[in-house]
Amino acid sequence: MRPLIELRQVCKHYRRGGQSVPVLHALDLEIQAGDFLALMGPSGSGKTTLLNLIGGLDRASSGSVIVDGQALEPLSSGQLANWRARNVGFVFQFYNLLPVLSAARNVELPLLLTGLNSAQRARHVAAALAVVGLADRARHRPTELSGGQAQRVAIARALVADPTLLVCDEPTGDLDRKTADEVLTLLQELNREHGKTIIMVTHDPKAAEFATHRLHLDKGQLVGVEHQGP
Amino acid sequence: MLAQILAITLINLRAIPARLGSSLVIVVGIGGVVGVLIALLAMAEGFKTTLASTGRADRAMVMRAGSNDELASVLNIEVWNIVRDLPGIRRDAQDRPIAIAERYILSDVRKRGAESGANVVVRGTTPDVFRVRPEARIVAGRMFERGKREVVVGRGALDQYADMQIGQRVDIRDGAWLIVGVFESGGDVHESELWVDVTALHQALRAPLYAAVTVQLADDRPATFRAFEQHIADDPRLNVSVQRVPDYYASRSVALEKFITVLGYSVAGIMAVGAVFGALNTMYAAVSTRSLEIATLRAIGFRATPVVISVLAEAVLLAFIGASLGSAMAYVIFNGYTVSTLNFQTFSQVAFAFRVTPQLLVEGVGLACLIGLLGGLFPALRAARLPVAEALRSA
Ligand SMILES: Nc1ncnc2c1ncn2[C@@H]1O[C@H](COP(=O)(O)OP(=O)(O)O)[C@@H](O)[C@H]1O
Ligand SMILES: [Mg+2]
Repeated sequence: MRPLIELRQVCKHYRRGGQSVPVLHALDLEIQAGDFLALMGPSGSGKTTLLNLIGGLDRASSGSVIVDGQALEPLSSGQLANWRARNVGFVFQFYNLLPVLSAARNVELPLLLTGLNSAQRARHVAAALAVVGLADRARHRPTELSGGQAQRVAIARALVADPTLLVCDEPTGDLDRKTADEVLTLLQELNREHGKTIIMVTHDPKAAEFATHRLHLDKGQLVGVEHQGP
Repeated sequence: MLAQILAITLINLRAIPARLGSSLVIVVGIGGVVGVLIALLAMAEGFKTTLASTGRADRAMVMRAGSNDELASVLNIEVWNIVRDLPGIRRDAQDRPIAIAERYILSDVRKRGAESGANVVVRGTTPDVFRVRPEARIVAGRMFERGKREVVVGRGALDQYADMQIGQRVDIRDGAWLIVGVFESGGDVHESELWVDVTALHQALRAPLYAAVTVQLADDRPATFRAFEQHIADDPRLNVSVQRVPDYYASRSVALEKFITVLGYSVAGIMAVGAVFGALNTMYAAVSTRSLEIATLRAIGFRATPVVISVLAEAVLLAFIGASLGSAMAYVIFNGYTVSTLNFQTFSQVAFAFRVTPQLLVEGVGLACLIGLLGGLFPALRAARLPVAEALRSA
């Protein structure tokens, strides 16, 4: 079976003050549909950089990123935005909810990019909030939610448009152990029961235990793939 | 796409209360520009209207050839006798030509509530002036009598100058003249004048000269006027020129109107530049405080265009609110506000009311939207070019 995500000889370097700073070195990687991958490694090792390439937020300096048969390199930035809207749900460390919008309106945002009418959108929003266990918080503003609740709203937003994959950058980095475990359990459920492919950056080994696969990145190079049978 | 623009714009607008101070910079700045522009143009507009409403198209004014205003024109009594018998002048029931010869001088008076002096027009005319200017009428007291040193004051003059009440005396040349009445003239230039009897004025001036002859033509067709003009040109005894009364007064207003208009646009232009920078500053701040939100929306899949348009829409909306406040203020404060000003061409005071016309309001709002667009454009482009991955890192 063809992998959902394929990276071929991917390099990424940033320009800083006229100098080229290499971050990822000729990376090869395959991720199967249905995987829950934990991407680990020390700070500065290039985890976020790699995640941004897979999620279509940034472009590789060379090599190719292919997701579900689609190579991302030839896409224009507008096409890439459309591609993200259809295929990727993002979860960020600090939730990135819009403070002026209610939980439900935040969750609705990706649906504004689809052709759904407002009644259909409301149904999808309600379903997504139910999945994350926050049906009763729909009208709350982000400031009225705890960190764990806010992250679950953000997860609802990431999955409401039914994307191919969820991309999570340290989703529990700002949460205490207990809340973090709740969020991780939710991600695990989404992976097991809803078949979502998830790539999660974390440097918390406990968090990584929730994943089906673990990948270590060090100084821009993959140093080991572990598989943990469910 | 429209739904995207609307959604982002609404999100932006909802954030305004949190940035009230800097949003007010746009509203107040642009409100000020629009208010000043409208006030100054309303002044030009009012001045123009006052002068343009003086006289009617079927009235003509004869002055010495080469004189382009009444102050410089001198006609002797022979001219008057010839002109009034020319064909083309309308005649009344007694078959007398409807025509009048007038003297025009300036006199020193005091402005009301000020120590400064001003030049008032003293028009030597006759008690039957109303035959030529039927729009004028006595509204208090009575008309002056023939040969007496009596004065009727225009309503504008009454408002603008001190000591113009009926029963008071006003100094004209060699003596004090008694004020016996007040007249109205439909808000035109004459309302800023004092009218006296021309024979009494001749005695005071010791010279029986006139400045202009005003005649009522048969009708207001251009051909009628041209025929009358031709009669004057054909008469070898006459060295005079003739023009329609409204044309004469319109030409009087050109210089001042132009001056006020240029002043209005210059002042508003300078203020507008300031307002553009204010708007730039505010919108740059708005974009940078929202860069994480914008990056998040872009990550979700919103394209750059709706982000650009939403920033512009916000700037223009704030500008529009400012323009509405500014023009409402200009309207409430200035519409109908009466002032007098020195007319450069006659060196006399003319009272007129500011006129805030719908067209001025449209102009003001148009300028505001332009300021909003200019001020929003660069911040909007910056928002669009925001590198998404980097903006997300700076959380
Ligand atoms: N925009 C950028 N310009 C220059 N260097 C960058 C930029 N973004 C990240 N880096 C550098 O790239 C390296 C990897 O960063 P990152 O992918 O964020 O690592 P991680 O997420 O593993 O902590 C770091 O050394 C970081 O300083
Ligand atoms: Mg990182």
